[in-house]
Amino acid sequence: MIVIVDYGMGNLKSVQNAFVKVGYKAIITEDLNQIKKASAVVLPGVGAFRDAINTLKKKKIDKELIEAVKINKPFLGICLGMQLLLTFSEEGGLYQGLNLIPGKAKRFHHSVKCPQMGWNTIKYVNHPSHDLNPIFKEVPDESYFYFVHSYYCVINDEQIISSVTDYGLVYSSSIWKNNLFGVQFHPEKSSTLGLKILKNFGELS
Amino acid sequence: MLTKRIIPCLDINKGRVVKGIKFINLIDAGDPVELASFYEKEEADELVFLDITASWEKRNIIIELVKKTAEKVFIPFTVGGGIKNLEDIFHMLRAGADKVSINTMAVLNPRLIQEASLKFGSSTIVVAIDAVRRFSEWEVMINGGRTRTNLKVTDWAKKVEKLGAGEILLTSMDKDGTKEGYDIQLTRTVSENVNIPIIASGGAGEPKDLFEVLVAGKADAALAASIFHKKEYSISKVKAYLKQRGVKVNLRREKSDDREK
Repeated sequence: MIVIVDYGMGNLKSVQNAFVKVGYKAIITEDLNQIKKASAVVLPGVGAFRDAINTLKKKKIDKELIEAVKINKPFLGICLGMQLLLTFSEEGGLYQGLNLIPGKAKRFHHSVKCPQMGWNTIKYVNHPSHDLNPIFKEVPDESYFYFVHSYYCVINDEQIISSVTDYGLVYSSSIWKNNLFGVQFHPEKSSTLGLKILKNFGELS
Repeated sequence: MLTKRIIPCLDINKGRVVKGIKFINLIDAGDPVELASFYEKEEADELVFLDITASWEKRNIIIELVKKTAEKVFIPFTVGGGIKNLEDIFHMLRAGADKVSINTMAVLNPRLIQEASLKFGSSTIVVAIDAVRRFSEWEVMINGGRTRTNLKVTDWAKKVEKLGAGEILLTSMDKDGTKEGYDIQLTRTVSENVNIPIIASGGAGEPKDLFEVLVAGKADAALAASIFHKKEYSISKVKAYLKQRGVKVNLRREKSDDREK
C-alpha cells in the first residue's frame, strides 16, 4: 500500500485521486505504523517550509521518513516534499530539512515572477554511469509539467540530478538516488504524463 | 521556459454550468465535471469555476462538485465565488481545489488574504480584482461589480501581493462580455506593478485578443469563457495560433484541431 504522508499541508486528495486513476491504492495518513508498513511513501506538499518541517518533527514523522529512505523503500517527494529532503531551506529564514539529500532551497531571483506558476519543460540530465530515472519511463524528454513554487532546490551531488528546468536560471527539477525520488513539479496535476510518472512510481511499490 | 496559460472559466449555478454552452459531443454539457474533462483533453492549462449560486442553502453543492472534479480532472483548478473566511477556503482545498479565488471579502477584510496565505500557502490564494476605468486610472469594484470601493486597482494589486496573494485574476468590467478584446492597458499596468502572475479576464472574442493580452498586456495567463464554450475556437487551435506567433504555450497536439469544421 502506498502511503501519502498527511502533515496538514496542501492538496493531498489530488495525489490520492491520481494514484487511484492509475490503478494503485493509496492512503492519506499521519500514522507512524502505517508509514512503517507502507510499500512506498509519498511526501506531497504545498505551503511553507517551516510549518511543514515543524509538523513533521512534532508528530515524529521525520524519523519514520528517514528510516523509510534508509531501508530503501520507494519514496517520492513532490514540490515542497522534494525541498524537505534537503539539508536546509532559506524560506522565511534558515530552516533545517530532513537532510537526506545534501543541498538547499533558495528563492527565485526578483527578475522573474514569484511563484513560478504554470507549465514548464523538464530536460533530462544524462549520466553516462546510469540509466534514465525509472519514474520517467515512457515520458519523452522536454515534456511539460505543472509547477507552482517560489523556492528551488540546489543539489550538491550532480550525479543525482535527473532533470533541469529553466526559469530565470537552470535549476534541478527532479532527483533520483537509489529508491528516493524528488520532483519539483506536480505530477498529480500534470495530466496524462504526470499520471504516467505516478504509475511508474507505483510499479516500484 | 514557462509557458503562458490558457484558462477556460465555467460559471456554476447550483452545480450546473450556465451561459450558453454549445457542445454536441458531450453527454451532458451542463455537467461541470464532464465539461472540465473535455477541456483537459482540449489542452486547457487550468480551469476556473466561478460559483454564482445565490441561495445560501444550495452552496454546499459546489463542495460536492469540487470533489467529483478532483477525481476526474488532473490539471489544476481554482474555485471562486462567495468565499468568506478561512473555513470556506479550508473546505474548498480539502475537497480537492488547488486554489481559491477571493474577491469581495478580500477588500472587506484584507487580513483574510494574509491569514489564508500563511495557513494554506500563497500559491493557493488567488485574489480576483474587478476593475472599472475612471479617467486615467481604474477603480476596484466589489459585490459582482455593483459596489464602488474608491480603491485604485494598482494600489490594491500591490497590497494583495504584500499580503501574500499568489496570483491576481484581473477582470476588466468595461470589456467583460463585449468580445472586443481584453483591456491591454489595464493588464499591462498591473502586471508591471507586481511580481506575482496575472490572469487577464474580460473581453476575449478571438485568438488575436489572447495574443495581445499575453504579449502587449504582459499577462501570464488569459481567461476566457464564451469563445471556448460556444465552440467558436478550440483551446488547441488558439494555442496553435499563439505558438505560430512566437508565444510559448504547452501544446501537446502539434497539428491544429480540425474536428470543429
